[in-house]
Amino acid sequence: MKFVLFLSEAIIPLLIFYIIATGISKKQDIYDNFVKGAADGFRTVLGIMPTLIGLMVAVGILRASGFLTFFSSLTASLMSYLHFPEELIPLTIIKMVSSSAATGLLLDLYKEHGPDSTLGTMASLMMSSTETIFYTMSIYFMAAKVSKSRYTLAGALFCSLMGIIASVVLAGCL
Amino acid sequence: MLNYLWGFMILIGIVYAAFTGHLPEVTNAALTSAKEAVALCITMTGIMSFWVGLMKIAETAGLLTSAAKALHPLIRFLFPHIPKEHRANEYISTNMIANIFGLGWAATPAGLKAMEALQDLNPKKHLASTEMCTFLIINISSLQLIPVNIIAYRSQYGSTDPAGIVGPAILATLFSTICGILFAKFMAVRTDKRGK
Repeated sequence: MKFVLFLSEAIIPLLIFYIIATGISKKQDIYDNFVKGAADGFRTVLGIMPTLIGLMVAVGILRASGFLTFFSSLTASLMSYLHFPEELIPLTIIKMVSSSAATGLLLDLYKEHGPDSTLGTMASLMMSSTETIFYTMSIYFMAAKVSKSRYTLAGALFCSLMGIIASVVLAGCL
Repeated sequence: MLNYLWGFMILIGIVYAAFTGHLPEVTNAALTSAKEAVALCITMTGIMSFWVGLMKIAETAGLLTSAAKALHPLIRFLFPHIPKEHRANEYISTNMIANIFGLGWAATPAGLKAMEALQDLNPKKHLASTEMCTFLIINISSLQLIPVNIIAYRSQYGSTDPAGIVGPAILATLFSTICGILFAKFMAVRTDKRGK
């Protein structure tokens, strides 16, 4: 665990150092490039803002209505048997379909339990280690015009499950 | 997909609230959530702009291209049936590197190109080739090294150590990716055997 914590602390500064040092040694206009990229990043966030407003409102309504709690409690006994927190069920399901909708739920979890709580950490790790299965599969296979995906879905579900298990276990260790 | 998901989230919320007497809370939630989304975007703008700016430096310094080259042995191992000079190799490595660095906007176009290139090699056009299955499973296993957006969200919601999840997140991602590779390889070998 010590090494993992060191990684958390050091990887971002090291990466920044490495990128900037490489840029200088290759005699690039690093500051110019940075500003250009930052403008791109700015536009990206501006682009997702309407989506985020829409989805956070939807999740907010769902949370305020009490439906989320009701939905999680449906599976509570099964999940406590599996040692999986019921609060994370909606996030797990939605994440397979839409990343932005899952973001809405993630922020709701942060608000309810705090980002540093065990639940918050688990959710953070789950979001970082899984992908939107159905969305990715549909656009990628659409691009190739393939209609039968064979064992892709099974494989995707399998490694997502592994990612979720790893997240729950690692969050428990921290 | 999002169309129905979003619509039903709101409809179900309002209907459920009406039956359980939570309608005033719903109004409140709609208003505060919209406000919060904007506050969140302001935090996000700072972090994302910095990150994307940094990645731009990495890109122009040729770091992404050299990283994609370093990936070639792995690509050969994962996709032994793609001819060595085929452009699919390049698209796949670009897609993976972009995913590793969390550059979604660069990853998706390269990924779609990779799928088209793989389709050229595919003998049965309606059926996904083994390479496509492997590529997608690895893609879906999540490759992102540093989840910048999650760090941004955590910092907005008052985490004392927003980047503290980076180490465990790398471990979790690595684990799910290795499981994905094993699964894909196992299935690929099985298909090869059946074909012969």
